[in-house]
Amino acid sequence: MYRIITVYGGMLLEAMGRTLILALLGLFFACIIGLFFGILSVIKNRVCNVISQIFVDVIRGVPMIVLAFFIYFGVPYFFNTIIGGYNMTLSALQAGTACLALNCGAYMSEIIRAGIQSVDVGQMEAARSLGLSYATSMRKVVLPQAIRTMIPSIINQFIITLKDTSILSVIGFPELVNTAKNVQANTFMAFQTWAIVGVMYLCVITILSRSAKVVERRLNVGR
Amino acid sequence: MSDDRAVKISVKNLKKSFGELRVLKDISIDVAEGEVVVVIGPSGSGKSTFLRCLNRLEESNGGSIIIDGKNITDKKLNLNKIRENIGMVFQHFNLFNNLNVLDNMTLAPVELKKCSAEEAKDRAEKMLEKVGLSEKTEAFPSQLSGGQKQRVAIARALCMQPDIMLFDEPTSALDPEMVGEVLNVMKNLAAEGMTMVIVTHEMGFAREVADRIIFMDGGYIIEEGTPDELLGNPKEQRTRDFLDKVL
Repeated sequence: MYRIITVYGGMLLEAMGRTLILALLGLFFACIIGLFFGILSVIKNRVCNVISQIFVDVIRGVPMIVLAFFIYFGVPYFFNTIIGGYNMTLSALQAGTACLALNCGAYMSEIIRAGIQSVDVGQMEAARSLGLSYATSMRKVVLPQAIRTMIPSIINQFIITLKDTSILSVIGFPELVNTAKNVQANTFMAFQTWAIVGVMYLCVITILSRSAKVVERRLNVGR
Repeated sequence: MSDDRAVKISVKNLKKSFGELRVLKDISIDVAEGEVVVVIGPSGSGKSTFLRCLNRLEESNGGSIIIDGKNITDKKLNLNKIRENIGMVFQHFNLFNNLNVLDNMTLAPVELKKCSAEEAKDRAEKMLEKVGLSEKTEAFPSQLSGGQKQRVAIARALCMQPDIMLFDEPTSALDPEMVGEVLNVMKNLAAEGMTMVIVTHEMGFAREVADRIIFMDGGYIIEEGTPDELLGNPKEQRTRDFLDKVL
């Protein structure tokens, strides 16, 4: 155990850093995708609602590992071989980010939709009756209230996404699990290696959920 | 009784259905400038739907609504501009829960560039004084009683300086002891000459402030007249049946 920490500790910490970078990149784009499809699903337009629903259903219906292989191997193959004439390569980080963003984005879109719909329709009606546009009413009245109810679910989704980065070890991105596999192969100390990796995840996620609680409490002031 | 005043709202053959359900079958009515019209009728008679059609919170399916000479059922019209001149007060107040009282009142005037933030604040404070809630500027809606919320909601609508005020059962969600304070605010508003269309179950209030009472049932206007005529000597059997139950 001690030997793993002294010899491979730095390597594992660096891998944790890459895990966090991947998670943050994924989350950043997931928020954009989620907000986009979330709003698409609440506006009064049948076509937009259906597009959003299809996106969510497809992503939810495909295991993330399949999505990862599809993006990393399938998409370049599609452009380079099936269509032909392209020379596309995706780095594991690019493919991993896209995969996380799409996956988490679909769930975020559902969280955002539910959050917006949880706000009483009277709030929108009152804003509209004063002459405010749909967009302004949404931005100034509905979304601020919706976000408060969304926060716990969003944080939960962040944690799930952070853990989901481990799946991306399969496309060779050197995040924590991928790195730990190498450590195990070098040392044959499976018990110690995976115990350390587990504790590392646990620490990061505990810090994340604790600080989330603080944010949640701040936001509820004045309610 | 209001022949000498200009027509402010003119509704002709208004129809509205929700799917198969025909809620408004054929509504025609003129409201004069400064007139106070009270709409009564059993629940499900279409009173609220009628009111909500007047600022297009519900889209009508036929007929016309002309306000200040403009047909507001015209899809090309800038609806937001029209709504700026029509205040609405809801049964469940619908104060913005994320904003304090002052911000509730200044949001629309400032966003719509009706006035500067300073002017909006001054006006909001004046309006709050008018409804007797000067000390509540910083309060959040959740800290107010029902009656206070409704008075703020009225003041909020007035901050846009509308020519017309619509009231959708403004006292129905209130505890009995708070009804009076809201009705008083509305009485003052009527006395100032505001054009008002009020859906209510408060018959005493209707008798006192209405220039005209309209009785609706089954998607039609069954009968209309001055409070004395309609409440004192209704002509239609259906009006009599309804009044027997509520008076």
